[in-house]
Amino acid sequence: MPEFHRKIERSAIGFVLAIVVVSSIGGFIEIAPLFTIDETVEAAPDMRVYTPLEVAGRNIYLREGCYACHSQMIRTLRDEVERYGPYSLAVESKYDHPMLWGSKRTGPDLARIGGKYSDAWHVAHLFNPRDVVPESVMPKYGWLQRNTVRTDDLGEHLAAMRAVGVPYTDEMIANAGNDAFGQASPDSSFAAGVSERYGEATQVRMFDGNPEQVTEMDALVAYLQIIGRLTDVAHKQAALAQEGAK
Amino acid sequence: MVAQLTSGERQLALVVLIALALVGLAMGVVGRADPIGVHGLIVLVLSVGLTFLVLSSLYAPEPSAERLSQYYDDPSKVGIILAIVWGIIGMAMGVWVAALLAWPDLTFDAGWASFGRLRPVHTSGVIFGFGGNALIATSFHVLQRTSRARLAGQFSPWFVLLGYNLFCIIAAAGYFMGVTQSKEYAEPEWYADIWLVIVWVTYFLLYIRTLARRKEPHIYVANWYYMAFILVVAVLHIVNNLAVPVSLGHAKSYSAFSGVQDAMTQWWYGHNAVAFFLTAGFLGMMYYYLPKRAGRPIFSYRLSIISFWGITFMYMWAGSHHLHYTALPEWVQTLGMTFSLVLLVPSWASAGNALATLNGAWHKVRDDATLRFMMAAAVFYGLATFEGSFLAIRQVNSLSHYTDWTVGHVHAGALGWVALITFGSIYSVVPWLWKRERMYSAALVEVHFWLAIAGTVVYVFAMWNSGIIQGLMWRTYNESGTLTYSFIDSVVAMHPYYIARAFGGLLFLLGILVCAYNIWMTIRMAPAVQPTSTADLPEPRQIPVSPAPAE
Repeated sequence: MPEFHRKIERSAIGFVLAIVVVSSIGGFIEIAPLFTIDETVEAAPDMRVYTPLEVAGRNIYLREGCYACHSQMIRTLRDEVERYGPYSLAVESKYDHPMLWGSKRTGPDLARIGGKYSDAWHVAHLFNPRDVVPESVMPKYGWLQRNTVRTDDLGEHLAAMRAVGVPYTDEMIANAGNDAFGQASPDSSFAAGVSERYGEATQVRMFDGNPEQVTEMDALVAYLQIIGRLTDVAHKQAALAQEGAK
Repeated sequence: MVAQLTSGERQLALVVLIALALVGLAMGVVGRADPIGVHGLIVLVLSVGLTFLVLSSLYAPEPSAERLSQYYDDPSKVGIILAIVWGIIGMAMGVWVAALLAWPDLTFDAGWASFGRLRPVHTSGVIFGFGGNALIATSFHVLQRTSRARLAGQFSPWFVLLGYNLFCIIAAAGYFMGVTQSKEYAEPEWYADIWLVIVWVTYFLLYIRTLARRKEPHIYVANWYYMAFILVVAVLHIVNNLAVPVSLGHAKSYSAFSGVQDAMTQWWYGHNAVAFFLTAGFLGMMYYYLPKRAGRPIFSYRLSIISFWGITFMYMWAGSHHLHYTALPEWVQTLGMTFSLVLLVPSWASAGNALATLNGAWHKVRDDATLRFMMAAAVFYGLATFEGSFLAIRQVNSLSHYTDWTVGHVHAGALGWVALITFGSIYSVVPWLWKRERMYSAALVEVHFWLAIAGTVVYVFAMWNSGIIQGLMWRTYNESGTLTYSFIDSVVAMHPYYIARAFGGLLFLLGILVCAYNIWMTIRMAPAVQPTSTADLPEPRQIPVSPAPAE
């Protein structure tokens, strides 16, 4: 072996090529099949895309680095399922560019947070977590209530997401700004279009309790309330498994 | 330093800087309603500033041809200083965010000062700012000595070093504004990523061109590692950062991958950033500075070969151990775990090779804190890689994942291995680069050594305790078969360990401050009367020997 190696380490180009070949094998074998094997991602025909307001909220979640302390991936372990809910399926993050599975739980997992608490609870909690949970070490996010959410460019955001594979329609892209406003303003004329385009189950309401403006708080709470609820396939599967056990 | 450039190189620098200033201006105008506009302004100001620096010496006399018979060390010197500056910033930020976890209100009511935005300033500051600059600076130094050739060109080393720091500045400034892809250790957005690709390709070409000038037929093992670092980081960076920007006037982009494919790509990247940025590059450092300082040859050539190719091949399979019990298909999880376990063999071959090299020089390890830094680094490397393989076992991972144990493991590697080998190398190379007889104060090196060791041990023990307690609390059931602890119970239990962790980090930060002072004073010392070694010169470029005139 040393004799052979003495030869290859005399050529810089040869060495470079050897490194590239040897290092590429593992990643190729593990990643490429994930795009081609059908069973990798379950089917969820009822799954909807994020509304423009939820996209804006998700981008705030990214901006503030929430993923550093909260995972969105319930593992297939008994204690996790009992603490958080049915374990996460691959399909549930199908429209997540990027995914937010996370790597650390300084705070609890959020994969099933949607619908667990009221909007008012989230608003109070984000304003000052220690008002709601005295021992919490989460930061305060007071500025979310002060900042108006930017909606004029949401159509471009949806178009970019369509370019990477999220099935937004032309209509959704054209109405993105109005839909974002409408989802947080149930009494406005824009509210009806949201349910029309994203389904009757879409939550159209004043998330932050402030009728004056659509704030970043509206957007973030709208996102938190939809996490884990774009499809109910995970709940269905859990119910089936329970019936099977009986 | 500009005066050392030839007039052609000065003109090239000017052209590049003006082009860059125009790009910055365009970003500022197109993205004026977006954080990308602020980034444009930063690019504009920095490139205009450097333009004036170049202009001030544009018509200085040509540098003497004598420089070509010496190594080109100016970029290495600046790189070492930048590494220390970033180290102080990154570690101070680490202490602050650690304190925020113990006392969450210890900050301002503003977005830029919240934990989620400061944390990547800490991680990128130490990994890319401190580690990256140290790698670039030492790679230039080692490459020239082991090839006995001067760097190929004087412009591209500066382009690589300063361009890389521009990337770091864009990254850090962006985090304060909330510009992030939310991909761990790949947070910078699309335009910063593209810029890094340009810088990195230049780095690779510079490396390969200098290697082509080598006077030594064999490529030394340190260069194998530096090359693997440059090449594989390029591949990882490009693939993981594939994204579609919202528009040219938006900082925001959407990742090309989603869900399970994105998770696998991200951890293939994330784990191999550890492997090829934080391991391969620093092994390159170790393979040069440790034997040099010890005055002993590397113990085994055979072990070097086994560990190099083992690491290069097997690490790339290991990333999926970050995704045990998740929605990632189980066959990928199993592959990741298997390769993570086997990976212990080349890792320990490296650590063992380093320690065996010290045989016959243990008295130096006792007396010389610089060499002791490198010895301790090799020990921590062995410990951290053992722990890594252990944590990759699915059943162990079910307890440790998502807890502080992971954080403790990362810091055993980052503080114990990466930072210690870097400090050992810096204390070796600073007197060589600045032609001083020795560091200003050996006692301060000793103080730094013990601060660093104490800080690392306090940190790692605190996180082991908190991580294991956390993991156990989450899965404890009471007699009636329900979970005993609520999540917040586990948060309360972490409080003392979070204080201990911040204290450990503070000790480590004090250490680098001592280091910075020592380097500053060394530079201010009088140069060695005699050049430390006349051998520290490149082989002269080969001039064909003219045949003796015929009689």
